[in-house]
Amino acid sequence: MSGRVLVGVKRVIDYAVKIRVKPDHSGVVTDGVKHSMNPFCEIAVEEAVKLKEKKLIKEVVAVSCGPQQVQETIRTALAMGADRGIHVEVSGKDYDNMGPLQVSKIMAALAKKEEAQLVILGKQAIDDDCNQTGQMTAALLDWPQGTFASEVTLEGDKVKVVREIDGGLETIKINTPAVVTADLRLNTPRYATLPNIMKAKKKKIANVKPADLGVDMASRVEVLRVDEPPQRQAGMKVETVEDLVGKLKEAGRI
Amino acid sequence: MHSFSTIRKLLYLGREYPKGSDYFRDRLRAAFTKNKSVQDPQKIKDMIARGEYVAKELEALYYLRKYRAMKKRYYEE
Repeated sequence: MSGRVLVGVKRVIDYAVKIRVKPDHSGVVTDGVKHSMNPFCEIAVEEAVKLKEKKLIKEVVAVSCGPQQVQETIRTALAMGADRGIHVEVSGKDYDNMGPLQVSKIMAALAKKEEAQLVILGKQAIDDDCNQTGQMTAALLDWPQGTFASEVTLEGDKVKVVREIDGGLETIKINTPAVVTADLRLNTPRYATLPNIMKAKKKKIANVKPADLGVDMASRVEVLRVDEPPQRQAGMKVETVEDLVGKLKEAGRI
Repeated sequence: MHSFSTIRKLLYLGREYPKGSDYFRDRLRAAFTKNKSVQDPQKIKDMIARGEYVAKELEALYYLRKYRAMKKRYYEE
């Protein structure tokens, strides 16, 4: 086994930012808005780096698809302990229309090219909430998948994955190479400290284009419109239980 | 032990401070300025240790905020 782990990291609008919809409803405002690594991708990177620290794997390669700015995200992964990065250059319309299908094709091509033993991804991105890229990547590679992982253990040429599912946990054992997607409780990602960020500047980031990997970026999905969620109705205060019952009856709730 | 690396670490961490990086930077500057005439090496060591402690607290704060936000948004408890 190559001992190489590929980790996909996505640059998304920071989780704490208040999202605003563009006036033309074509999308959300991204210009000048704070971006950072998708929280579930942070967990994915942490898991890969942990495996390397335990000497169970040899190399962590961080991959991100997008325009120039995604290099910041790759640098964060390098600062967390990834060894090198791959920036897949996608910009303009291709980037606007990029979704799990295109990314999974890219990840699959890279996984084959880099002879990865494991591909670790976040379970979903907090901007599109697709929860598809890991699954699609595994399918394209015809590899087993351990999704919603809250625990990952390498056992020889197999991986034991404890999955978070409705109603509890499921433990599975799958062959490598495999795709794993990280869930919230998998680990606690380390903070990329300033000295590590400085050190990471020496690590290499390779540039590659989707065409180099034989990937067609055409999208089958067209976004028609983006709207804000409905405004929350203001609540009202009542003085007594009788008032509450009265109001509930008025509203037809009881 | 240099206080510069502690200052730099705190400044870097302060960028994400919930009340705003300016607020943090001003408070940080005030704290260091207030103590700038301290000569006693032990006192200096203690203050740097305090600075390092604050840095760790900030990292924990940022992590917890993010974790709780993710938990609230994605997991029905």
